[in-house]
Amino acid sequence: MKYIKYVGIILSLTLGLINIGYAADLKVGFIYVNPVGENTGWDYQHDLGRKAVETAYGDKVETSYVEAVPEGADAERVMTQMALSGHDMIFATSFGFMDPVMNVAAKFPNVKFEHATGYKRSDNVATYSARFYEGRSVIGHIAGRMTKTDTIGYIASYPIPEVIRGINAAYLAAKAVNPNIKFKIVWVFTWFDPAKEADAASTLIDQGADMIMQHTDSTAAMTKAEERGVYAFGQASDMGKFGPNAQLTSIIDDWAPYYVDRVGKALNGTWKSDDTWDGLAPGMAALSDFSSKIPSDIRKEAQDLHDAIASGAIHSFTGPINKQDGSPWLSSGETADDGTLLGMNFYVEGIEGNIPQ
Amino acid sequence: MDFSSIDPTIIVYNLMIAATPILYAALGELVTEKSGVLNLGVEGMMIIGAICGFSVSVETNSVYIGFMAAAVGGALLSILFAVMTQYFLANQVASGLALTLFGLGLAALLGHSYTGQVPPQISKLDIPILTNIPVLGKMLFAHDFFVYLSLILVFVVWYFLSRTRLGLIVKAVGENHESAHAIGYNVTRIRFFCILFGGALAGLGGGYLSLVRVPQWTEGMTAGAGWIALAIVVFSIWRPWRLILGAYIFGGITILQLNLQAIGVNVDVALLSMTPYAVTIVVLILMSLNLSKKSLGAPGSLGKSFIKVV
Repeated sequence: MKYIKYVGIILSLTLGLINIGYAADLKVGFIYVNPVGENTGWDYQHDLGRKAVETAYGDKVETSYVEAVPEGADAERVMTQMALSGHDMIFATSFGFMDPVMNVAAKFPNVKFEHATGYKRSDNVATYSARFYEGRSVIGHIAGRMTKTDTIGYIASYPIPEVIRGINAAYLAAKAVNPNIKFKIVWVFTWFDPAKEADAASTLIDQGADMIMQHTDSTAAMTKAEERGVYAFGQASDMGKFGPNAQLTSIIDDWAPYYVDRVGKALNGTWKSDDTWDGLAPGMAALSDFSSKIPSDIRKEAQDLHDAIASGAIHSFTGPINKQDGSPWLSSGETADDGTLLGMNFYVEGIEGNIPQ
Repeated sequence: MDFSSIDPTIIVYNLMIAATPILYAALGELVTEKSGVLNLGVEGMMIIGAICGFSVSVETNSVYIGFMAAAVGGALLSILFAVMTQYFLANQVASGLALTLFGLGLAALLGHSYTGQVPPQISKLDIPILTNIPVLGKMLFAHDFFVYLSLILVFVVWYFLSRTRLGLIVKAVGENHESAHAIGYNVTRIRFFCILFGGALAGLGGGYLSLVRVPQWTEGMTAGAGWIALAIVVFSIWRPWRLILGAYIFGGITILQLNLQAIGVNVDVALLSMTPYAVTIVVLILMSLNLSKKSLGAPGSLGKSFIKVV
């Protein structure tokens, strides 16, 4: 009996020591709001970032992810579980994870949190987002120049500042080259629901839109656009496979450089809570290849606009711009400051309709 | 706000497509309920049909084989329900609910690798003269085969239930299974086949959703369509023709609210999205208020387990 006990103790100690030897320096967890798609989508792009971290740091990090985590109480549970199981860093990749992140971060001050597209921070919570609106300016320009019906359909998800910014940026860029442009906006109140998005796309096309923009995640709208023979712009990833004729270009989220950088900082102890908002310049928001359907002169204009925004020569929100109710917002030459952009809750002048409350 | 941009032709065209999955599922459930079985697992069967149809049509590159697989998938799940309620005499309500949850989860599992794929396209009908009639042509004669099949099946089910002997036997079993058994009909076997039929049609409805209406696969894509189908069966007072009315009202409001949004109507989006479901509730209340003249017409032994006492 005693003999067996000794053997047992020695065995478990040995196994424990072996474990320490193989343990990674940093355990990084990722939570995604929707299932990671095959090759497109918001979560797919974040997962590419996760894979980049694994490639960059090899054995020094151990990554894990949980997908399809609903925003709310479930998210809090999943993150608590991750923190309890030894994760040192957690990336929460959706706006709706904001309060759960703050709650869990308060309980686990030694775990570092990175929250995408949020605005609440603390000592162990950093936020990051991409200036997608810069990409929207470019696609707005292309849409404004190429539309034949002067109607652009926009599938919007939730009335949060990020979405409203996108609508405004696209509208301003389109209006600048086409004063007759009209935006028709449908709010689907979901980030990912192919049925609703397909319905919304159909409705917008029926109402005369020949350009479809989306701030939702599935490829349903692109597929519908391809089926109906109109043009569309992909979101988060290159959706060309679903719209070989329909897609003019896509806004691509490239999180890999930021993720590798932040994990690196966590590994060497220089991580601190910060707010990062990068755009076309560092490439966090990027555009996929322009389709051959875009005439070469428009393609050049779009490329020039892209380069100008990236270099800072042009800002997506440059006055004179009024708010939708006519009140002045930006005077001539004035550019919008980050604070206003982050809290944007109004349409610019010329957009019809109301933002849902 | 430009109401002129809402085109009635397109609205009717789209609402027929939107209503078809619900019509299929409701038709199947009507037959099941006529035989006295309350199958609350319609949602689960629909989504199993959706994934079976989607995956098979992607693998075989044929939409029609996909639809057959969808029907088979729905029927297979309903066999589980039939065995539980007819042989093991489990409570029908509980079994149905359990199967809904099971079906949803199983479909999510089966469909994991199919997220983001595109199924083969289905061809729309293009009848030479009829399709070119100015308004009615585009509205009624330019659909795909399965829209028309759903309407044909409504006729078939009506004919079966009211004009054939077997249909009358099914109704007898549903009204009073004790008497039917006393006369000598095999209640269990009849209910078994009615459940199978219901499952197969629910599967077809789900297949239509993932192959034509959207067409893509996502977990949970039925989004409550099975429950709406159940409500529509009650709305129809168990009469096949009224199913069309119920399904098309629901589909119509779903499409209308999207169009109203697109033209910028000043109503809260959440309220607009709620209208199809709210109208279903209102209709059901109105109908159950009218208990005086006619009974609601529910089959007499709906939901009761048949325990064979020889």
